[in-house]
Amino acid sequence: MRPDVNGIDRAAINGKLPDPERTVQVLIIGAGPAGTAAAISEAKAGAEVLLVDENPVTASLMGLDTPLYFGGRMTTAVQRQERMIAQIFATNPALEEALELGVEVALATCAWGVFVNGPGLAALPRPVVGLANEMRAWLVGFDKLVLATGARDIPMAFPGWDQPGVMGAGGFTALVERYDAFAGRRIVVLGSGELALKTATLARSRGLDVAAIVEALPQAQAVVGPDLADIPLLTGQVIHTAQGGLTGVERIQVGPAGGPTTELSCDTVVMCIGMAPAIELLNAAGGGLTLDSQRGGHVPVLTGKGATTLPNVFVTGDCAGFGAPQDSQAYQMGWIRALLSVGDGQVMVCQCEEVTRADLLGVQPPNYLQRPERLAGRDIHTLLADGPINQDQIKRLTRACMGACQARRCREQVALTLACATQSARVPLAGFRAPVRPLPLKVLADWEEAAAMTAGWDVWFGIPSQWVPYADIGTEREAAQMVVFGEDPA
Amino acid sequence: MTSKGASVVIVGGGVTGLSTAWWLARSGCDVRVLDKGIVGWEASGRNGGGASHYHSPLYAEEQRLWPLMDDLLGYPTEYRRERVIVAMSPAQLASYHKMAANFNALGYAADHIDSRQALELAPLVSPHNLGGIHVKFGGHANPQRTVQAYAWAIQDLGGKVVQNCAVTGFQTRGGKVTAVETDQGAFGCEAVVVAAGPQTGMLLEKLGIDLPLASARAEMIVTEPAPLMAIGGVDGNGLYGRQTLRGNLAYGGGPHEWVEVSATGPEARPTTPLIRNLAKRVAELLPSAAHLRVIRSWAGVVENTPDGRPVIERFSNPDNLTAATMSGVGFGLSPASGHAISQLVLEGQCRFTDLSKLGIGRFANLPSDWREQRGWTAISPAGS
Repeated sequence: MRPDVNGIDRAAINGKLPDPERTVQVLIIGAGPAGTAAAISEAKAGAEVLLVDENPVTASLMGLDTPLYFGGRMTTAVQRQERMIAQIFATNPALEEALELGVEVALATCAWGVFVNGPGLAALPRPVVGLANEMRAWLVGFDKLVLATGARDIPMAFPGWDQPGVMGAGGFTALVERYDAFAGRRIVVLGSGELALKTATLARSRGLDVAAIVEALPQAQAVVGPDLADIPLLTGQVIHTAQGGLTGVERIQVGPAGGPTTELSCDTVVMCIGMAPAIELLNAAGGGLTLDSQRGGHVPVLTGKGATTLPNVFVTGDCAGFGAPQDSQAYQMGWIRALLSVGDGQVMVCQCEEVTRADLLGVQPPNYLQRPERLAGRDIHTLLADGPINQDQIKRLTRACMGACQARRCREQVALTLACATQSARVPLAGFRAPVRPLPLKVLADWEEAAAMTAGWDVWFGIPSQWVPYADIGTEREAAQMVVFGEDPA
Repeated sequence: MTSKGASVVIVGGGVTGLSTAWWLARSGCDVRVLDKGIVGWEASGRNGGGASHYHSPLYAEEQRLWPLMDDLLGYPTEYRRERVIVAMSPAQLASYHKMAANFNALGYAADHIDSRQALELAPLVSPHNLGGIHVKFGGHANPQRTVQAYAWAIQDLGGKVVQNCAVTGFQTRGGKVTAVETDQGAFGCEAVVVAAGPQTGMLLEKLGIDLPLASARAEMIVTEPAPLMAIGGVDGNGLYGRQTLRGNLAYGGGPHEWVEVSATGPEARPTTPLIRNLAKRVAELLPSAAHLRVIRSWAGVVENTPDGRPVIERFSNPDNLTAATMSGVGFGLSPASGHAISQLVLEGQCRFTDLSKLGIGRFANLPSDWREQRGWTAISPAGS
């Protein structure tokens, strides 16, 4: 019906997504023990290997608890990148071996997206990973991709958790073991499973005081060895509040959920209730995931040894899922239940967006919006009557998990809190989307945009007849109104 | 009528279907909205939130209603008035001036502004901007909040919203649709509205009606919050978007990918390295915000008719069927489109505007290869 149709849509994406600036045979994301071992093994087999790791991340990202929950307990040593890089090599000797085998190692380089053609996407010239450092972002193609991204901390809210000195086991371990940049002296460990005992042992080995191990459940979750036997083990107790001053935590109150509480002096609370396999990149790329309590939570669907549902994309190490001696979801749920019984609705669940427990479960909008009377009649239970709870729906209503930390501090606890409040066995994973690391506009930007992308760029679909004023349709004025609002309406 | 039924069953819980159901419920009608998933989960909840569509016959009603919507619905939509559209190239400036001429011809003020005025209205924009236009009406709202506001308002009026309920077909008798069949059983009805986005064509096909549609995936990005600008509806430089009341900058634009959509909707909504080109244009337009971190991206799947214009029609066979697709421009017009469609359902015609040019009949002579002619077909995957 249009005389000018020629089989080509200039505004479509066809042929516009760029080729990667380079392509490697094997790209490995994460230079921890698993990623480094994979790099060594691939290099020995003769492959060209690029091994990237976001560490050392900048002090500013550490302040956003990215990638781990550092809880503001870093020394100023984290601001010296050269020292941090030296620490990474010193604490992972296998990296030297990888270098000697010809592996190219790129530190301080994060992977913010994995892009492969699949459902809803066929425009990529080839599979690519988006990488970035502090200066710029770029794309690297791969024949084989190995994700060795490790595990993330699972923070949980309690009164006073939003101050320096409340951190995760992963953040603590990285600061103490890898960077020698932990700014605390005396810690309290929350949880009593293997992760908690490992954390207490590490703290002791570095001369730190461990004031107590606190377990919300009635029994310790792992066998406490003789070397930790002198640490008070407070089972059936929970943290009621953390109090402090300008530099963060100074003391906490612990006790059974119904009280009474006792005061413990400490500068740091390390949450060791669980860690989650770091599946952000795989999820954003459309890789299959499954919830498996025995493997640590949401984990990749494995179609073979380390093979994911995406062609040529493999996982290794903790991000592939790790053996959990107990049912990780049930244990985390037990802790959430205990923590929800202390403190009131004003406890902040999402720190970035300042969403309280009451507003999360009341499905209330943020404070900068008015709350008309009818909103008082809405809450998580009225929403549940419409169908199963979906965390992404809760996100858009309450803004919980919408902040700059990309929900690192609240994703899991919001899911657990919602499941607990609605007595659901589980709440579907809130999806991850690129960039899975917060990247400045000017860093993410493609400043070398190819001409093919610029050509035909339109603000919307580039359909000239779409914007003809209604009164002009079918009149002699119509032809003059057939325009697009693009840069290049050739 | 089955016990599940209603006088009007609305297929599709996007903005158009929700607004229609809300207007019908306001008229005292018993309504059921059926959605395959969660309300507003597709393009209705994933768009730029703009509400300034001069080209539409629903435009005047759109402009009349938006300032009233928070009060009428009883829930916040984050509607904000006005827009500033800023050019970074002469070609952009020419097209924005053309847009202003169209606004002004309809009696809605849109002024040309120079570079300095653009900076005053929107302090984050580039000092190197070439000026643009200041649209003194229209505006933008939060799509995610608005879709839920519609759904809750429907419930407050006694209507039902049935989520996770996929429509599989229709029962007809005597030239009428008598029930809508779903995976949760049949819903009897006296009238039916199909406003199911990309799936609208497939559903109408079951009733012997050919509605030509092609669907495409479009992408957006959002940053962490920036200081609030007096006017949040600031776009241009080939982008559409808005600053949220929280301060986040949410922008989209640029190339789309044509995709095939199945009867159950898009299988996935991935984003691509295109987000880098969006980031570049946002950083050019708003360099004072270029240090802000991009924290998410998302994509939505949007349907288009061959001429990019809506189809809004009350059919004659079945004669209790009304269908609508807004062809990729549905969110902002939704207060008005629902009003119009509700009148088609109840009275057979829209009383406040002429919709005669939006009938399906205009596609009667469309060649069967219309998508190929326009290049509106899905890309064959590489290597296949």
